[in-house]
Amino acid sequence: MAEEKFRVTIDGIPVDVTPGTTILNAAREIGGDIVPPAMCYYSKLEGSGGKCRTCLVKVSKGSEKDPRPMPKLVASCRTTVMDGMEVQNITSPEVVEARKGVVEMLLINHPLDCPICDQAGECKLQDLSYEHGAEQTRYKFPRRTFERIDIGDKIQLHMNRCILCYRCVYVANQLTDQREHGIISRGDHAEISTFIEKALDNDFIGNVIDVCPVGALTDKTFRFKNRVWFTKPVDAHRDCPTCSGKVTLWYKGADVLRVTGRKDAYNEVEDFICNTCRFDTKQTQDWILEEPTKIDKDSVITANHYNSFNPPAVIEQDLVLQAANEEQLERTERLK
Amino acid sequence: MARKLLLTHIDVPGIEGFEVYRQQGGYRAVEKAVKTMTPDDVVEEVKKSGLRGRGGAGFPTGMKWSFLAKPEGVARYLVCNADESEPGTFKDRYLMTKIPHALIEGMIVSSYALGANTSYIYVRGEMMPQIRILEKAIAEAKAAGFLGKNILGKGYDLEIYVQPGGGAYICGEETALLESLEGKRGNPRIKPPFPAVAGLYGCPTVVNNVESIAATVPIINDGGEEYAKIGIERSTGTKLISASGNLVKPGVYEIELGLPVEEFIYSDEYCGGIANGKRLKAVVAGGSSVPILPANLVFKTANGENRLMTYESLADGGFQTGTMMGSGGFIAYDEDQCIVRNTWNFTRFYHHESCGQCSPCREGTGWMEKVLHNIESGKGSMEEIDLLWDIQRKIEGNTICPLGDAAAWPVAAAIRHFRDEFEWHITHPEEAQKRNFGLAHYAEPRQPVV
Amino acid sequence: MIVTFSADMLAQFAEIVARYPEKRQKSALLPILHIVQAEYGWLSVDAMDKVAAYLAIQPIEVYEVATFYTMYFLEPKGKYVLEICRTGPCCLVGAERIIKHVENRLGVKEGEVTEDGLFSWRGVECMAACGFGPVLQIGPDYTFYENLTEDGVDQLLEQLKEKAQQI
Repeated sequence: MAEEKFRVTIDGIPVDVTPGTTILNAAREIGGDIVPPAMCYYSKLEGSGGKCRTCLVKVSKGSEKDPRPMPKLVASCRTTVMDGMEVQNITSPEVVEARKGVVEMLLINHPLDCPICDQAGECKLQDLSYEHGAEQTRYKFPRRTFERIDIGDKIQLHMNRCILCYRCVYVANQLTDQREHGIISRGDHAEISTFIEKALDNDFIGNVIDVCPVGALTDKTFRFKNRVWFTKPVDAHRDCPTCSGKVTLWYKGADVLRVTGRKDAYNEVEDFICNTCRFDTKQTQDWILEEPTKIDKDSVITANHYNSFNPPAVIEQDLVLQAANEEQLERTERLK
Repeated sequence: MARKLLLTHIDVPGIEGFEVYRQQGGYRAVEKAVKTMTPDDVVEEVKKSGLRGRGGAGFPTGMKWSFLAKPEGVARYLVCNADESEPGTFKDRYLMTKIPHALIEGMIVSSYALGANTSYIYVRGEMMPQIRILEKAIAEAKAAGFLGKNILGKGYDLEIYVQPGGGAYICGEETALLESLEGKRGNPRIKPPFPAVAGLYGCPTVVNNVESIAATVPIINDGGEEYAKIGIERSTGTKLISASGNLVKPGVYEIELGLPVEEFIYSDEYCGGIANGKRLKAVVAGGSSVPILPANLVFKTANGENRLMTYESLADGGFQTGTMMGSGGFIAYDEDQCIVRNTWNFTRFYHHESCGQCSPCREGTGWMEKVLHNIESGKGSMEEIDLLWDIQRKIEGNTICPLGDAAAWPVAAAIRHFRDEFEWHITHPEEAQKRNFGLAHYAEPRQPVV
Repeated sequence: MIVTFSADMLAQFAEIVARYPEKRQKSALLPILHIVQAEYGWLSVDAMDKVAAYLAIQPIEVYEVATFYTMYFLEPKGKYVLEICRTGPCCLVGAERIIKHVENRLGVKEGEVTEDGLFSWRGVECMAACGFGPVLQIGPDYTFYENLTEDGVDQLLEQLKEKAQQI
C-alpha cells in the first residue's frame, strides 16, 4: 500500500507530505523564498518552536474536509498540515506585516553591536532584520542590559543579545544528563542563567553555541579571532569515541580558528558534536579533510570562501580539496 | 427578587460548614447523580442547561466535557481553575470563602460525569485562607462519605486535592495552569493538543472555572432544562458579577442573565448607583482585558437597544461599539477618573504578568507600558498615540495564548473611545504632571456622560 | 542561609507528594516552596537545593520556578511584608494614596526592610478583592485587610508592632 500523503499548497506551490508534517517542514520540502523564517524552532530539538512568532503564516483553507480558514495567523513550525490545506506566507500582506512586527519586537531590546559580535555573518536575526526590518527603530527607551558572563571557560553568555528561543535549554535537556542552566525570572526580565555562579560542564554542552540563533552564546576559543566571512569552512571528520566526529573546520590560512557542527541550509547542525571535537581538537592533523563546505550563495561567508586566487593553505596542499574547491567555485558562479 | 442559584443560602449563619450546608439541601446533587444517573446523563443535563464557561471565554461547558478523550486504562482529570486573577474579578474568592461546599459538591458531580478519580482545585497561592477553608470542606465531605472510596456505596472513588499557585496571572490560562500544577513555570502550552486530549501529565483533562463547576449543582438538582429557562438566548442561567470601582455598593451579585446594565448599576438591589453622587464615565464590563465602554455605549447599544447583561448584548457592535461578558468583572469609572492613567495601570499589569515566551507579548507589553507612562506624565507626543495603536495591533492575535490579546484590547479600546483624553495629556503637559495621589488627574470629560 | 528541614516539615512534604501519581512528585514543588518560605521567611539557595534533592529534580528546575512566581522571596524580607494591591480597580478607590502612606509611615522604599527588621512592603497586582479595595495582605498566612484607610493602616502597623514584641 502506498504511503498516505497530504497535499498542501504554500503560496500557490503544491507539495505532498507525510501526515504529521508541519507547515514549516512542508515549506522546506519546497524550498526557496516561501520557507518561513524560524528563530526558535529547531528540527533536532524536541518541543522547540512556537515562541518567536517569526514563522507565522496564514491558513486560508483549513483542509479539503473543512475548508474554513483559521481565524488567526498560526506558527507554521508547530501547526501540522491537513490534506487540501492552503497556506499563504509571502503572498499574504497580513503575514508580511505581522512578521515585520515580530522582527521589530525582537530588535527593540537587541543591542546594535553587530560590528563586534562574533555571530555577525551567520546571525539569523541579522538576516531577518535585513529582510523584514524597518530602517529606523521606533523604540526610544533605554535597552535592557545584562552583565556579560562566562558560563564555563569555553562559553560566554551575552544575555543582551538573547531572544529567548529556549533552544539552549532544550539542548541541555536532551543532550546532557543534567541541565544546569535555564530560564530565570519571567516576562521581559527573563534570562538564560545558571542562577548561581556555575560552569556548564558536560560533554555536549558546547552545542548551545551552534543552536543559538544570535550571538548570545559564543565560543570563547574563537572570540574576536576573526570575522566569520574571512574564515574558510572545510568539512572534516575524525574517529571520535563520544560523537559522530563530523564537523566543519573554519580556517584562516593554515590555522583552524574554530570547529562547529555541520550546518544545513536552515542553519541547523546535521549532528551534534562533543566538546572535545569542538574546543580541543584544532590541528589539521587531528582531522580527515573532506571538501570545502557547501555554502548558500546568499551567505556573506561565500564572499571570500571560493576565491581560487587565494585558497586557504590547507586547500593548496591537497589535490582533492583543490578539485572540490574549483567545482564549488564554478557552481557558485553558475548560480549568480 | 431575582432568582438565585449559587448564593441562595449565602446569608445563612454557618453555611461555610458541612452541617448547615447539608441542612439547606446540600449534597443532594451528589446523591442524585451518583445514585440515579450515569456519568453521560450528567453530561447531557449540563449540555441541556446551556451553561457557558464562567471564567471568561464563555465556551459551553457541556460541549467542553463531551470533547474529553476516553482511552482505555488512562486516567482522566478534572482541574478546577481557582486562579482568579483577572483585575476586576473576585467572585470565586467570595464563593470559596462563603460557601465552599458549593464548589466541593460541584467538583464531585463534575468529576463523576467525566470519570475522574483524582481532581485538583488550583487556587492562586495568595488565597491561603481560602485554601485552608477548602481543605476543611473536603475533609468534612470525606467524613460524611461524599468523597473517598466507594462514594455512597455506589463504587465510585474520588479524591480532591487543593493545589496552591505561586503568584502568576498567566496560570489562569488553562495550559499554563496545568504546567504550574506539574511543578513548572507557568508557560502556556502550544495548542493543539488541547487538554481534553493531552492535559495534566499528558492525560485527558477538563479545566473549569469555580463558578462553572458550582453551577452544575443546581443544574443537576433542578435539571438542565429548568436552568436554561433562566436568561436570554444563549446566555442561560445566573452569573456572579463582581462589581467594583466607583459604585455605592460594590460587591458580588448573582444576576439572572438578561438583566439590563442600567438596572444593575442603579438599582438598589444591586450596585445602587455611582458613589458620591457623581456621574458615570465608563465601564469595563468583563474584567480588565475586555474593551472599556464610554457611558453612552454602556446602557444602549449603537443600535439604540437596551444593553443587557448577556454574552450577546455586551458583545453587540463588536469591538467598535461593544465589549465582552468576560469573567463578569464589572468596573465602573466615575467622571473624575483618568482613562489614560487607568490604561497605563492595566498595561503595567499585563507587562508584569507576561510569561515571556512569545516575542510580541514579551517585548510589546513593556513597550506599551513605557509609551503610556510617557503620555500619562505629560511627556508624550501625538505620534505616540498612533505608535501605541500600532504596537497593540502587532501583539493581538500573534501570540500563543490570549494574554497578548488581553493586553492589546484595553489599549485599543481606550484610544478608540477616549482619544481626546490622550491628546489632552499631550497638549496640557503641565496639568498632566500635577498628580494628586488617589484621585488621578483627568481631562475635561468630553465624552457623553450619563 | 543553610537550612535543615524539621521532621514536621518533612512529614508535610510527604503528605503533599502523596497527592500526585507516581513519578509526578515535581508537582509538589510550589506547595513545598510555600512551606519552606513560611518557615524561614525566604528561599535561600541552600533551601532550594535541598527541595530539589528531596524531589529528585535538578536545582535549576527549582530556581526557574522560584523566580517565575512572584510570591517567592529570594532574599530576606521584614518579618511582616505588607503586600498592597496596586491594580486598576483598587486605584479607583485610593490604593495609590494608601501605598504612599505606607511608604511614608515605614520610611523605606518598596522591597527594603525597616531598621528594626519588622517591615517590608511592596505593590502587588490584583488580589481578587476589587469590590473591597484598597486591600493588602500579609504572609505567611496571607491575612487579608480590606477597605483600607490611612487610619486603618496606622492601627494595623501598631498592632503588628505589639504582636512582634509579644513573641
